[in-house]
Formats: sequence, structure tokens, C-alpha cells
Amino acid sequence: MQDHTQEPLLEMFIFETVQLLEQLEQLVISIEKSGFFDQDAINEIFRIMHTIKGSSTMMNIGSISSVAHSVEDLFYILRENKTSGFDQSKVSDIILESIDFIKEEVRLLDSGVSNNGDAGPLTGKIRNFISEISGQQDNRQSTTADGTEEQEYTEGSNDTNRQENLKTYSSVIFFDDDCGMEGMRAFSLIHNLKDIASDISHIPENLTSDADTDTIIRNSGLKIRFMTEHTYEEVYNFLSQTIFLKKVELTETTDVAAGETDDSRNKGNDESRGENDSRLYGQTELRSVDPQQNVRSNDVSGRLSASQHSIVSVNVAKLDKLMDLVGELVISEAMVTQNPDLEGLTLDNFQKAARQHRKIISELQDIAMSIRMVPLSATFQKMHRIVRDMSRKLDKDVRLEIIGEETEVDKNIIEHISDPLMHLIRNALDHGIEPKEERRAKGKPVTAVVTLEAKNAGGDVLIIVKDDGRGLNRQKILARAKENGLVSRPDSELTDKEIFSFVFLPGFSTKEKATEYSGRGVGMDVVAKNIGVIGGNVSLSSVEGEGTAITIKIPLTLAIMDGMTIAAGGHKYTIPTLSIRESFKAKETDVFQDPDGNEMIMIRGECYPVLRLYEVFKLDTCVTNISDGIIVMVENQGKCICLFTDELIGEQQVVVKALPDYIKKFKKVRGVAGCTLLGDGSISLILDIGGLVEYGA
Amino acid sequence: MTDVIENTIEMEEDTQKGRYLTFSLGQEIYGIEISYVTEIIGIQAITKIPELPEYVKGIINLRGKIIPVMDVRLRFRKEPKEYNDRTCIIVIEINKTSIGLIVDSVAEVLKIPEGEIVEPPQINKGYNRYIKSIGKVGNDVKLLLDCEKLLSEEELDDLNDVV
Repeated sequence: MQDHTQEPLLEMFIFETVQLLEQLEQLVISIEKSGFFDQDAINEIFRIMHTIKGSSTMMNIGSISSVAHSVEDLFYILRENKTSGFDQSKVSDIILESIDFIKEEVRLLDSGVSNNGDAGPLTGKIRNFISEISGQQDNRQSTTADGTEEQEYTEGSNDTNRQENLKTYSSVIFFDDDCGMEGMRAFSLIHNLKDIASDISHIPENLTSDADTDTIIRNSGLKIRFMTEHTYEEVYNFLSQTIFLKKVELTETTDVAAGETDDSRNKGNDESRGENDSRLYGQTELRSVDPQQNVRSNDVSGRLSASQHSIVSVNVAKLDKLMDLVGELVISEAMVTQNPDLEGLTLDNFQKAARQHRKIISELQDIAMSIRMVPLSATFQKMHRIVRDMSRKLDKDVRLEIIGEETEVDKNIIEHISDPLMHLIRNALDHGIEPKEERRAKGKPVTAVVTLEAKNAGGDVLIIVKDDGRGLNRQKILARAKENGLVSRPDSELTDKEIFSFVFLPGFSTKEKATEYSGRGVGMDVVAKNIGVIGGNVSLSSVEGEGTAITIKIPLTLAIMDGMTIAAGGHKYTIPTLSIRESFKAKETDVFQDPDGNEMIMIRGECYPVLRLYEVFKLDTCVTNISDGIIVMVENQGKCICLFTDELIGEQQVVVKALPDYIKKFKKVRGVAGCTLLGDGSISLILDIGGLVEYGA
Repeated sequence: MTDVIENTIEMEEDTQKGRYLTFSLGQEIYGIEISYVTEIIGIQAITKIPELPEYVKGIINLRGKIIPVMDVRLRFRKEPKEYNDRTCIIVIEINKTSIGLIVDSVAEVLKIPEGEIVEPPQINKGYNRYIKSIGKVGNDVKLLLDCEKLLSEEELDDLNDVV
């Protein structure tokens, strides 16, 4: 797999496998809820495992394919036996364990480490389980269960009892010229073919991935003869789905002479040439001859075509580029339509055209934004697994309720909230929810409910994690805060909100004993910090005995924001509108100094520090009298400071751009979060309110 | 004459090889390899960024791309000079980083054959470390800059500033 030509393939493999695994995980969790494996679910799991096995074999990843193979075997037996007399939870444990294993392997693969996970213990475990449940089943199944694949494929298939419908086909298959590992691909194809056909014979006979086999297949193609009851189209579609297929020739033969397959390329030839490019899309309108037998291949192609028709996966870098370009378009539109040269002219037609232009651009901007928006559902669904694992381990009965998972946020943001959410859910289960007995004693329902809710609120998305556990203990937190020397005011002056906010400070955990999941005191402050990185904030409310709700407020997107442009010392700066509390003119006498020369202002009975922006940034300005400039009060995480600026220029949407790497290489530029281009093409620095608040405090 | 013929052959191999963009900084003429140079623009409005070394003037908007600009005079610890209409920004790209170099004025593009380039003398102080080599053109001497050092040595500089 070191071959560079394989990289896009590998990427695709990782992408698909991860998706399948997520799908599988959700499925298993939902099965656990409903309590039993129905036939559909078993088929579905079988199908997913089959796909993973196929593609990992194709990619020559032994560990994944052997695990997938074992699980597939297990479900083959479950499907065939149609019994329900097996240990349901053990089966789901096995699947989840397998999922974890494969996930880890895929992760390693993704990070470029050569995967060397040992699938042995896991497959052994599955095999044991298989023999346990199959017990006295006929040995036909135990051969499939032994986990190794034989090299000889000129063998009969499992069910050859419908001889009367069988038709004989011969086919020649060519793979893409530079796909590599033809032998392996042929092997995998034949293996898949066994599911729908019998009496398979092929040339070359020995399908290992050595160079000889590869050369033969490359030059003269893989020749197969097989018998099946499926129609010509079905078989053709089946073969067309092969990865890296260049050409497939398929003929229905009536004679039994083997080996002449290469002469009989009459029917399939033309068709296949035409359909070479569209082969990926498959065809959904398969006529099913025998629904029972057909259900899988039908299903596979149906899904493939459905998903590939409607979804294109795009490199995020391209989306970022698009976003950048659209942002620049917005700016250049302003540069044209508000060009100083046009001032004072009456240009009715021009204005009309400009308006139309602006409308289209803003539509384009909306679309470009929406492309980056991803629903939260995938992130939310992952939490099911955590709740399941933890509630088992902690012996608590917990139900996860998800509300508003369709809420969409920017892709960059999604990546940042997964970990914090995981922390919060773990915290809720570990600290929040009481043990069963305690709940019973308190008269609460034994099954606790953790609610994960997302909703839009203006330009923000709120994500709320709520549990109905014991809530936060005000006294305990206060005591702990005092221990750490965090409290500087008398108890009576502290509000609940202030006390609860101590939880977000580093090293603060009230749980006496650390558990596997939480309580090491690295939880909440990390959550607050991670959320802070993406411009969000976390707040907490709790009623003792009734539960805790943690609200994460995150912006919809990082790429565009509403900003207030201000001027200080001849330079323009942008303040995120979200963090502006108010702006006002102050009198010289309102501002007073402490002995250290720090300026403060009293507003409505509260005292705020005043920061002169030109002093912070060491600029020359003629506006130094408080009464000449304007004061903007900004807030970050509950703390406010007043910025003294020369003037307000106006509010506009700005496209956030990062500072050049060269600039960032110097010690972190304090007080500047990024920059943006204004309508006139000049650059405005975006103030980092969090940094400034710290500076001022 | 043979030199000329040789050069033509070289040129066919790589038209940029051996070509240097020269610019003046006070009395001296400096040269940088043309392959680094993206474009030359006139001086324009620079947005200051706080808390940066003096020689990093700030950022400019180059057709939607935001790039940092460095005053080469200050980088070499020369006296600062008012910018005028001769002042130019040479935009160079090194390792995918674009940066603008503010210079007094741009002179010309010169071909300096390899034989005319000599190692700089070993001097253990000052900005000599930015000079990769010295080119001779007629009676003139051009100081050929090592662009990568220009960008990558600020850590060292910072240390020196502390000491």
C-alpha cells in the first residue's frame, strides 16, 4: 500500500469504512434498545460486514478483513438458523468490539502507520462463540466459520438445490491497467461471486497475488465460468460493481465446454464499453427472480446508487477556497458599487444592475455557506455508544434522548465539539446520575434520562446537555473553591451562577475519587477551553436533586461573522458584534484611576476597567480625551471591559481570514484574532476580545 | 564570447537560472534570485500589527491575499528611511510563504554567471549571515541575499535582542 497511486483508493476506503462502521454502530445500539435481532437487522449487519470484508481484502488489509470475515460468519449462522436462542448482548458486545478494532485499524491507516493490529484474539473469540451457538449444527457452517479462506475456488457452492433454473455464464473481466494486485482483486471477485453463483471455475486457476497471476490477468483477463439462477442483467450488474473494473464481458452459454470463454464475447462487449464509466452507479431496477436469494445483491446496488447519486464528497480545502473566493467576491462587489468615482453621479441603470448583482452574490454566499454546514446528527449519534458502554459499566440505567439532531453547523465547528460533548455526557453519567438504589430511594424513576438537545438561536447554535441526576452541590463547590483560594468575596455575595462557573476552572473536580471516565479534574476546563477556541462559550445551571443542564453556545460558522468596524489611531479594527454589550460616550469625569494608573469607569453601579486601544496597540492618535472618543463595552465569558476607541465606523459582515503564518510565527499576537478585508480593500484587524479582556483584567 | 554561448545553452535549460533581481538599499546593491520573486509592487497602505519586531511592518492586501511585509532596511539594522514613490515591495515566495520586502528601489534583472560569484568573506558579526555570496558585474559588486535566512532567523534575532 505504499504505492502512491493507491492513495486516493485508500482515502476512499477509509472514508467508506468509517461510514459503514458508524452506520453499524447505530444499528447495534438501536437493536439493543429494541431488545432483539430481527431478520432485517441481521441481514443488514451481514451486508455491512461483507462490504468491509470485501474492500479490506481488496486493500490487502488482513487484520480488518479477518475480523470482518469472522463477524460475517457469525451472522451467516444467525441468519441461516433463524433462531433467537442466543445471547443477544453477547452478540452486540462482539460486534461493538469488532467495530472498535476495525476503527482503530482504520485510524492507524489514516495516520499513515502501517497497520499491524493482531486480529487473532478477536477472531478466536468470535469463533468460540460461533461454535457455542451453532453447537450441533451441521459442519457445513463450521467450515465457513474457520476464518481462513481457501485458495481453491473450483468448488461447489452451498445451495445447489435449484438446478432447474440454473444458467451457465462465461465472462472475461479486465481490470484497470494500473490498478495493481490483479490476483487479489480477482480472488475477491470470485469470492463475492460465490454468493450468487455456483460451479465457478476460472482461469488462471490459482488466484494468489503473485506477479505471474497479475500478469496473466492483466494481459488476457480473468476468465470465469459459473452457474447461477440470476438473469443476465443481474449478473452483469453484479460484475460491473467490481472496483477498478475496466471491461466486463458476459455471455450466457448453453454448452458446457469450458475454457472457450474468450471467444464468446459477443453480447456483453458492446454494452460494457458503453457502460464502463457509469459502472459505479449500478442499476437499481433489478428484477428479482427469487427475493430470498436476491435480497442482498439488490440491496447493495440500491444503496450504492442512491448514495452516490445524491452525495459527492469534496475535499474540505476546496470548500475553504470556495468560501474565500466568495468572500472576496463580496468585497470586490462593494469595491465596485461603492467606488468613490461614482460619487455624486446619478446612474439609475447602473444601480439597478448593481442591485441585481448584489442579490446574486449574496445568494451565492448563502449556498457556499450551506455547503459547509453539516447536521449534528452524526456527532450526536456517537453519544449513544458512550451512554450504552458507561451505563453498563457503572450499572446505571440511562436513556439518551436526542432532540434537534438535524441542526446544522459549520464543519470546522463540528470537529471541535465532539470531544467536549463526550466529556459532558460522561460527566453527566458519572457524576450527575445517581446509582439505581439512590434514585429509587429518592422516588425518581430508575431509568435516568440524559437529554442532548440542539437548537438555533439567532446566529448561534445552542447545544444543551441535561441530566436528571443529583445536580451540583453548591456548598461542596464553594468549599472546594475556597480550598483552592478562588473565592475573594463573602459567600452571601456570590450568585449560583458564579459558584457554578468555578467548575470550569482547571483542576476543579468535586468528585472525591477519579473513575475511569471522569473525575480527574481535567474535564470541564478543557470543555470550556475547546469551546472557547471556536468562539463559543459554556454555561451551567443546576438545581440540586433535580439535575444539571450545561449549555454550549457556538456560532453557526467561523468563516463569516458580523463585525463592528471601529477606528483607533488611524487604523481600523473589527470587533465581533456578538461580544459587544453596548457603546456610549463618556464624560471626562466618569473615568477614574486607581493608584497604579489603571483606569476604570462606573456604569449603573458596576465598575469596569477601561482599556485605551491606542495604548494597547501603541498607536499615535489625536483622540486621547475620553469625551472625544467613544467607549465600547465588550464581554467575554461573563467578564466585561470597556474599550476606548476613536470612533465607530459601521457594522458589516466580514470574512474572517487568518493572519499570515509568518506573522503567527512570532509570539502570539495579543489582542488580534485575525484580519479581514473591508469594502475599500483595506485590511482591518479583528480584535480578540477574550485576549483583551484578560489583558484588561 | 564563449561565455555568451554557454549562457544561451543554460538559458534553454532554465531561463531563471543565474538571474538576479537587484535592488538598492542606501549605497549597496543587493540581488535576489529571480526564481523567488513573484512580483514587484509600489508601496501601499500597510496595516500595522502590534507586538511584532520593528522590521515586520505589518500586512498588506495583495488582491485578496494577505501577506506580511518586512522592511529590509530595518532587518539589516540600517537607518529607517521615509517611504517615497521609488520605494518598492518585492513579493517573494519561499516554501509557500509569501512575504513582501520593502526596499529603497528596484534596479534591474541581471545575469550573473557562476564564475563571477564568490563566497563572502568570513566576518563574525552583523548581518553578514544574510549574504549568500557576492556577485561581480563589471566593476560593481552585488550582494546576493539568502532569502531563506531572511525569513527563518528571527528566533535567533529575538535571542540576540534579549542579550
